[in-house]
Amino acid sequence: MLSRLFRPAQAEPAGPIAEHMTRVLAERLAAAAQARLGRSLALRPLAAGGCNGCEVELRLLASAVYDLERFGIRVVASPRHADVLLVTGPVTRTMHEAVLRTWQAMAEPKWVVAVGDCAIDGGVFRGSYAISGGADAALPVDMAIRGCPPTPAQMLEGLRTLLEANAAR
Amino acid sequence: MSDLAARIAAGWAAPCRPWPRHVLDPAEWRAMAAALAGAPDVDLLAMWADAQLVHALLHDRTGGAMLPVSVPTESGFYPALSLARPPAAWFERMIRDLWGHHAEDGRDGRPWLDHGVWALHAPLSARPVAVAGQPEPPEFFAPDGAGQTQLALGPAGSGLGEPAALRLTLRGERVQRLEARLGYAHKGTLALLRGKSPRAAARFAARLAGDATVAHSIAFARAAEEASGVVCPPRAAALRAAMAELERIACHLSDLAATAEAAGLPAAAASWLREGVARAAQAAFGHRLMMDFVLPGGVASDMLVGGADALAAVTRAVEMALPDIADLFAPTTRLAGCGVLPTAVAQALAVGGVAGRASGVGGGRRRAMADAPHLAEAPAPAAGDAAARTAQRLAEINASLAQLTRLLAALPDGPLSVHLPPVGGEGIGWAEGARGDVWHWLRLEGGQIMAGFARDPGWLLWPALEAAAVGATLADLPLLLASFGATVSGMDL
Repeated sequence: MLSRLFRPAQAEPAGPIAEHMTRVLAERLAAAAQARLGRSLALRPLAAGGCNGCEVELRLLASAVYDLERFGIRVVASPRHADVLLVTGPVTRTMHEAVLRTWQAMAEPKWVVAVGDCAIDGGVFRGSYAISGGADAALPVDMAIRGCPPTPAQMLEGLRTLLEANAAR
Repeated sequence: MSDLAARIAAGWAAPCRPWPRHVLDPAEWRAMAAALAGAPDVDLLAMWADAQLVHALLHDRTGGAMLPVSVPTESGFYPALSLARPPAAWFERMIRDLWGHHAEDGRDGRPWLDHGVWALHAPLSARPVAVAGQPEPPEFFAPDGAGQTQLALGPAGSGLGEPAALRLTLRGERVQRLEARLGYAHKGTLALLRGKSPRAAARFAARLAGDATVAHSIAFARAAEEASGVVCPPRAAALRAAMAELERIACHLSDLAATAEAAGLPAAAASWLREGVARAAQAAFGHRLMMDFVLPGGVASDMLVGGADALAAVTRAVEMALPDIADLFAPTTRLAGCGVLPTAVAQALAVGGVAGRASGVGGGRRRAMADAPHLAEAPAPAAGDAAARTAQRLAEINASLAQLTRLLAALPDGPLSVHLPPVGGEGIGWAEGARGDVWHWLRLEGGQIMAGFARDPGWLLWPALEAAAVGATLADLPLLLASFGATVSGMDL
C-alpha cells in the first residue's frame, strides 16, 4: 500500500492523433460555423438505451487509467454544464423524449458525439419496434466513434481530435 | 419430493430439456399458487410467456429439483402468482406488456416495460397491433404519510449510468420508499431473436447486458444446445468456463471501483486492474468484454496465440494487488450497516449472486446447477450490508482466480464446436453470472427460434435493492446502488 503512495502518478500514455481526421473535422466545424469551445471540454455521458457495454468502457475512460483531466477533458453530471453530449446505445423510443430534453438543457455552443455502433445507426437493434434509431434520430450528431463497444483508447482519440479541430480554427 | 413438486409433476409433461415442462390447467395452477404461499423452500426464479402459455421456473431447495411449469391463458387471462409471491408482480407486468396476457388478481396492474411509445402493442403476442402510441408518464406510489416528500431521478440522470426512473419517498433525509420504473432501455431483443437460427441470434443474446455478455451468451448457447439435443465439446466448455471466471473478476472489480468512488475511497487501483483484465480478454479472446466468442454449439475460435500468457499475467497481477484493495475497504465504517438486505428478505426474493450470498442465501441453487460451486459462501457473518457485499466480491475474485488458473492448466483437447441440427425442440440454459444466475429459454422449430426468453439477475436484484433502501439516508443512495451493482439493460430486454 505504501509503495503505491510513493510511486509517481501515471496514466495510460496517449499517442498522436490522426492529422487528416482533425483537418476534416475542423473543416466540417468551420462549415457549420460552430462557435469555439476553447481547449477544454465538459462531457455529459447519456445512455440512450444501450446494453451497458459502451458504458463500461466509458467508465474506464473516465477513471485514473486514462486520466482525462490531463487533456482538459472532464465529465460533468448536468447537461447544463456540458459542452459535449456523449450518446451511447440506440435511442429507444422510450428514451427519445429524455434524450431530446437533455440536449435542449445544454447551453450553446454544444456538440453531440455518437459513441458506438448503436448510437451511430441503431447497430444490431436497427429495425426493432422499440428503437428510434441512432443518436441522429433525435439529435444533430457532430462526430461518431465506431466500435461495439469502442475501446477507451478509441474514445479518447475521438475526443482529442475534437479538441484539436476546435483549437485549430 | 415436496407436496408442491408432486402437484406440478401431475401435470402433462411437455418435452423440454433438461427438465420436462409440466402444463397445468388454470384450476391446478391456482392451487399451485396457493401452495406456493406456504412453501418458503420453493424459489420463484422466473416467469415468462409465449403466444398461448404463461411459464414459470421454480426451484425446490429441499429436493434440489428445477420445475418449469406452464398454464394456458383463457381469453387473455391467467391466475396471478403475485398474491402468493409478491416479487412475481414484476414478471406479471412484463408479461402483460410483451405478450398481452393479464394476471387475474395480480398485485400490480401498472405497466413495466411499455411506456406507450413502442410501434407495436403487445409486440410478442400472436397478433401484435401497430399503434401510434402516446407517451404514458410512469405512475408511482404517492406519499402515504404526512411530512413526506418525493424526489424524482432519471431516466436520463438516475446515477446508474443506465436509463431508469427512480422515485424516492423521503422523510427528512431518510428513504421511506425507493421505487424503480424500468423499460427505458427496452430494445425489443426477444422479437429480434425470432425467425433466426441460434447462431445468427447469438449476437443479440450477447448484447442483452454488456457487462454480463459471457454469462448471457453461455446461458443462451446452452438453451439452444439443449433444444437441439447436442452437447458442447469439452474444450469449448472449458474455454467458456474460463471466460465466465474472467468476466466475474472484471465485473467485481468494476463494482469495487464504483463502491470505492461512492464511498469516497480511492478507486484507481481497482480501475487499473479492471483495465488489465479487459486487455487480457482482448489478447486471449479478441474482445475486451469477450462479446461474440461464445456461440451455440461451442466457441467461435480457439484461444488466441499468447492468450494463455496474458491471462496468467493478469491473474498474478490481480492476486498481488487484491490485498491492497481489501485494505482500502478495511475501515468499513462507511460501508457497515449501509443498505442491509436481511436474510429473510433475500430468501423470500430468491436473490442470487453477490447480494444473495452476502445475505447468506443462494448457495443451494448454485450447487444444484454445478456451475460455479467453487465460489465461497459469505466469508464473514452474512450481515447483508454494503461491507458484506464488498467482502463477498473480494472473496469471489480470489476463488475465480484460482478456478481460472485450474481451468487453463488443464484445457482438454478436441473440437471447438459442433453443428446444431435443424430440428425442433425446447431447452433451458443457465450460467452463473457475476450478479447472479442467468436463465435462457428457447423453442426451436426446424432450427429456427420460434420463441425465447432471458432472465437477467436484475429481476431479483431490483426488488432486493428497493427493500434494502428503506431507512437509508439520501446521501447513501450512490453507495447503495454501487454495492448492489444493479444494472438495467438485461432486464429491460
